[in-house]
Amino acid sequence: MTEHIVPKKIYILVFAILIAFTALTTAVAYTDLGPFNTVVALAIAVCKASLVVLFFMHMKYNPGMTRIVLAAAVGWLAILLALTLTDVSSRHWLPAPQGWESSAPSPRPR
Amino acid sequence: MSEGHAQALVAEQFDDVEQQRGATSLGMWVFLATEVLFFGGLFCGYTLYRGLYSSAFEAGSHLLKIKFGASYTVMLICSSLTMALGVRAAQLRRRKALLIFLIITILLGAAFVFIKLRYEWYGDYLEHLVPGIDFAPEGENLVVIQRFGAALPHVSLFMFLYFVMTGVHALHMIIGVGLLATLFILAWRGHFTGGHYEPVEISGLYWHFVDIVWIFLFPLLYLIGGRY
Amino acid sequence: MSTVAVEVPALPDVHYLNVSYGWRSWLLTTDHKRIAWLYLLAITFFFFVGGAAATLMRLNLIEPQGSLLEPATYNKLFTVHGLIMIFFFLAPAVPAVLGNFLIPIMIGARDVAFPRLNLLSWYIFMLGGSVFLYAVIGGGVDTGWTFYTPLSTTYVNTNVISAAMGIFISGFSSILTGLNFVVTIHKMRAPGLTWFRLPLFIWSMYAASVIFILAMPVIAITMVLLMLERFFHVGIFDPALGGDPILFQHLFWFFGHPEVYILILPSMGVISELVAAFARKRVFGYSFVAFSSVAIAVISFLVWAHHMFVSGMSIYAGLVFSALSFAVAIPSAIKVFNWTATMYQGSVSYDAPMLYAIGFIGLFTMGGLTGLFLASLAVDVHVHDTYFIVAHFHYIMVGGAVMGYLGGIHYWWPKMTGRLYPEGWARLSALIIFIGFNLTFGPQFILGYVGMPRRYSVYPAEFQILNVMSSAGASILAVGYIIPLIYLLWSARYGPPAGPNPWGAKGLEWLTSSPPPTHNFEETPIVTEEAYAYAQEEA
Repeated sequence: MTEHIVPKKIYILVFAILIAFTALTTAVAYTDLGPFNTVVALAIAVCKASLVVLFFMHMKYNPGMTRIVLAAAVGWLAILLALTLTDVSSRHWLPAPQGWESSAPSPRPR
Repeated sequence: MSEGHAQALVAEQFDDVEQQRGATSLGMWVFLATEVLFFGGLFCGYTLYRGLYSSAFEAGSHLLKIKFGASYTVMLICSSLTMALGVRAAQLRRRKALLIFLIITILLGAAFVFIKLRYEWYGDYLEHLVPGIDFAPEGENLVVIQRFGAALPHVSLFMFLYFVMTGVHALHMIIGVGLLATLFILAWRGHFTGGHYEPVEISGLYWHFVDIVWIFLFPLLYLIGGRY
Repeated sequence: MSTVAVEVPALPDVHYLNVSYGWRSWLLTTDHKRIAWLYLLAITFFFFVGGAAATLMRLNLIEPQGSLLEPATYNKLFTVHGLIMIFFFLAPAVPAVLGNFLIPIMIGARDVAFPRLNLLSWYIFMLGGSVFLYAVIGGGVDTGWTFYTPLSTTYVNTNVISAAMGIFISGFSSILTGLNFVVTIHKMRAPGLTWFRLPLFIWSMYAASVIFILAMPVIAITMVLLMLERFFHVGIFDPALGGDPILFQHLFWFFGHPEVYILILPSMGVISELVAAFARKRVFGYSFVAFSSVAIAVISFLVWAHHMFVSGMSIYAGLVFSALSFAVAIPSAIKVFNWTATMYQGSVSYDAPMLYAIGFIGLFTMGGLTGLFLASLAVDVHVHDTYFIVAHFHYIMVGGAVMGYLGGIHYWWPKMTGRLYPEGWARLSALIIFIGFNLTFGPQFILGYVGMPRRYSVYPAEFQILNVMSSAGASILAVGYIIPLIYLLWSARYGPPAGPNPWGAKGLEWLTSSPPPTHNFEETPIVTEEAYAYAQEEA
């Protein structure tokens, strides 16, 4: 790990961009983009996070294992979400068979 | 870790400073990976329920106050800047600059937690929006919920996720403030003027990670669906 | 006089065990070898607690109407048995005992990357264990080790929150240990020790550590949500309030399935070492075995919902997970083939560690093949929640993981204590364990297939013969476990000195004295040869 000193200017520039993105995402929340509100908000969030990781966390200057570690963490989270969603999104493709409901009242605890 | 004075000391299990720096840095990144998965479980629950109850999530998001969320975001971004500048000061062996940047970061973090608990959360409690304790939206809040045609139990689920996600995040902030306070004391004693800056660097990594979590929480909780 | 100089082995004057005395030197140690002993004592205690629960269960199951225990008590016993054995015995067994002791030595380092974090891990483990024991003594928990909702959050009256808290706390111990191992293996290898010269035990431990890091945080947050739901009843897992109990199962098993690979991978690493040492041959297909460890770690995260085929989950998702579950068997099979090929035309000696290794290979294969039956959706619908499942995972966990652990303990006992254990008693116990194990769990495959459900304290009378066989086997198995406890303890004090390399094996750990000095090596070794470089000697 080399001792790279990042110039103050870069930090301030990244800071300014982050503030600008925050203002942007808040402003977009007050406009109607339908389903794209979420997409834009997430895209901006990813950009902000990337800036923090690359510059504040020095990822740009210290490549190597740290990239693999971060990629693995994000990738595994993606696996958790994606495969769970395969269940939730496809659950209603096959409707439950008829006649399963019992006429007895379901038990409630307290 | 080393004891004290102005030399970059190497712990006995390491061969040299290079190895120590590489190991501590990798160690913190691996720890942050575990934190991604820790928060990730909450994001998984969030994603599932937002898909199932989108109108309730929109309604719930409208019950939150953007002014709080946006202020927090700005405060945390500022604190990340001061933290990064603090790490830089430690690298350059500038004790006074490091102390100043640490104290500002600490104050911003403490202010975040204080405002959240004293004003936002207490305000939610007064409006009867806390699931499990007192969830009975009324007045303006009830109008909003009805406008979206959302079922009360589903809005309650959203509020639960909101409290848990921001609560776990706030807990991490408090731990971060504690970490930085410890660093401040060590820096005061001149611990970081000898080129031994790894503790500051890895605390910075932790702090930036907590900031990144908030960067995602803000739009996902406060900005669902838009206000217009 | 013979021309071969016979050196009488002796313990070194100063080594890591006698360098300092007193409880402070043990409870405040940062020496990875002493921390390994701290773990060894703790997990042995937990093993016998979990074993006591199993003993009571098997005694109860001798009678079809379960005359010994109330059903409510029986439910608590199988829950506690599962939780203790998984979290407080198996998960730390090979990693925290053998891994802690061996990893730095095998890579030529003085200690792990973060020795104080290592000690903290043990304290966190003890805290979690204490909280969990409090839950057990204070009335127990009866939800099954899987804590399924809404049973655990809404319907039971037992100590769910404190049990979940104990699991939550102990999870952090594992996370920190995994973190320590990953950084140690990456950053602290001796000069010349490239990745492909590492012992396969290190590869397995590395893969298991990656799983620790990625899976354990998810069980942590799941336990948090479980505790919050039980306390606040918001409904996140309660269908009556709009919640989804399957969400709990997804979160639980996303951790739960990789967890079982945490339990088996380290033992697989032990087997690689044992087979090489006792066949006096390089492990066949070294890189295949190394990559298979990594493949297991990766694929294990893609298969979790095969535990949920009958939960009400989407059938289409079930198809996806079923296909992926077939894939995860492949790297394990590769290991079994390679171990067998290693033994072929090797110069095999049947010391106790090798008996455990051979037992592992056979029993793990049976457990693994029955796992494939379960990966098939249609078969699993029939045998899910029956004793077939119980038999399957005990073949892997006990026939596999525990035997790997015992084999490793015996193999490295001379290194850890400086003394030899009595070989005759060790071979006898290995045999008793093998017989007792098969008698206990073999009949359970049949029981499950013909329909006996698991987690029941009573059963139809026609199943009694098989249940009695199983309980008889359990008593033999118990004897098999108690005997090593006695002779290992005895030999730690009175066994004959072992010398640096009693097995004549390859590996950096055999280059240093038995027991090693605190810093493992007098001088950092420089590695110039491949792992298991046996072939050169057979000339």
